[in-house]
Amino acid sequence: MARERGFDILVVGAGPAGIAAACVAAESGARVGLVDDNPAPGGQIWRGGPERPADAAAAWFARLDAARLERLAGVQIVARPGPRVLLAEAAGEALVLRHEKLILSPGARERFIPFPGWTLPGVLGAGGIQALLKSGFPVAGKRVVVAGSGPLLLAVAAALREHGAEVPVIAEQAPWGRLIRFGLGLLARPGKLAQGAGYRIKTRGARYVAGCWPVAAEGARRVERAILRTARGTWAEPCDLLACGFGFVASLELPRLLGCAERDGSVCVDEAQQTSVPGVWCAGEATGIGGVDPALLEGQVAGLAAAGRRADAARLFAARDRARRFGRALDRAFALRPELKSLATDETIVCRCEDVTRGRLAAYGSWREAKLHTRCGMGPCQGRVCGGATEFLFGWAPASGRPPVFPVPVGVLGAGGNESPIDRAPGA
Amino acid sequence: MSAADEAVTVLVNGQPVRVPPGTSAAAAVAMAGVSAFRSSVTGAPRGPLCGMGICFECRATVDGVPGVRTCRTRCREGMEIRTDGA
Repeated sequence: MARERGFDILVVGAGPAGIAAACVAAESGARVGLVDDNPAPGGQIWRGGPERPADAAAAWFARLDAARLERLAGVQIVARPGPRVLLAEAAGEALVLRHEKLILSPGARERFIPFPGWTLPGVLGAGGIQALLKSGFPVAGKRVVVAGSGPLLLAVAAALREHGAEVPVIAEQAPWGRLIRFGLGLLARPGKLAQGAGYRIKTRGARYVAGCWPVAAEGARRVERAILRTARGTWAEPCDLLACGFGFVASLELPRLLGCAERDGSVCVDEAQQTSVPGVWCAGEATGIGGVDPALLEGQVAGLAAAGRRADAARLFAARDRARRFGRALDRAFALRPELKSLATDETIVCRCEDVTRGRLAAYGSWREAKLHTRCGMGPCQGRVCGGATEFLFGWAPASGRPPVFPVPVGVLGAGGNESPIDRAPGA
Repeated sequence: MSAADEAVTVLVNGQPVRVPPGTSAAAAVAMAGVSAFRSSVTGAPRGPLCGMGICFECRATVDGVPGVRTCRTRCREGMEIRTDGA
């Protein structure tokens, strides 16, 4: 018999949006479950808990500790056997999660852009290396080139320096003109400006080059140099590690499993964060990449709305909308340059699980067709890495979610208690 | 001081590595000087990419179980980690 749990409100994803949603829902008196596949709450941005006792994360972690709710860590959702029930896996065992209402806060992941040599060991995601640093990944004395786009690059470079790495270059693909306009816009948001200035102070000595992007990574069995380019020329920067971050893509596997409508890579929600599926709300990066500030506000709105406190939710709409506007300003400032679409050659691997090259994919017209013929996206990552890449390179819309959302032991799929073990998402 | 606060020793391809508490298996492998965690389906060396458990590039054999994502696995005393791409 599979273990079972039942809740008034189930929150899936314990990043900032999920923590905020779960806290306000629990404080409203609902029986709340907060599920995450990681061993601890915090999501990606708050991984490892608050860094300083005074920051916003610390306040939310304290509120989470005080809230009367059940936390389920290390739990992965794998299927939806029927209405108001999710099938999950925890330590190889099946877990059935029943709920009246569901709040999804699945977050986002980095967008990876294939270029020659990006599969060499030592080429990592910028957010990837930041996460690994928190679990002791050694960088002291290493030369780490940071490349890609967005404020994350500065944060990662600062973290690398704090851990003893040398950061010779931060290569920001956005041109100076856009960065200056973005910087002027920050004058209206002094908190953001101070944060940016703080990171820049911590990365003193690293050359910050705008209008600069990686075109290749070279090395024998691991990266030994990054090939960087600006309008003025191309050079080889020797390095032990190359950290690349090209922005984020929403993790939409779960909303797709539920059948939530989406537009332009985000889940569609109404002003109270409810999705197109009655009884299902969505908050955070999955509704549009914007960072921690809108995520916290959206989480609170969703938690209040799901708990039936619609009027209280409405009081947060204006603050949430303002926080979202900052996300859109980021999108404009750090939009990816078209040159990045032609870095991969015919020989460059795009699907790292199945080693499918760009040349093989280019023969097909859609993600689905390419998948059928090349196995692209059919390996263990199930398109989480190559999906964002092929969307960027070819404009392919990823296919609908099809359970299992993650690879699971086959025994887990038999549990769930309903006649059909798997409720296939539309289009699967 | 509880057990969770103490350094542990793990074996990376048979080599003992002493790591601080909270260290991931991925970090322990890197501390052992190994950069290739696995071989791809065409035999190319691969190492960690996403750091958050979605890319499966950091998988290795942990205590005899193949395909474990080392970035999501915390080191335990006596844990044996083997990388096939080393």
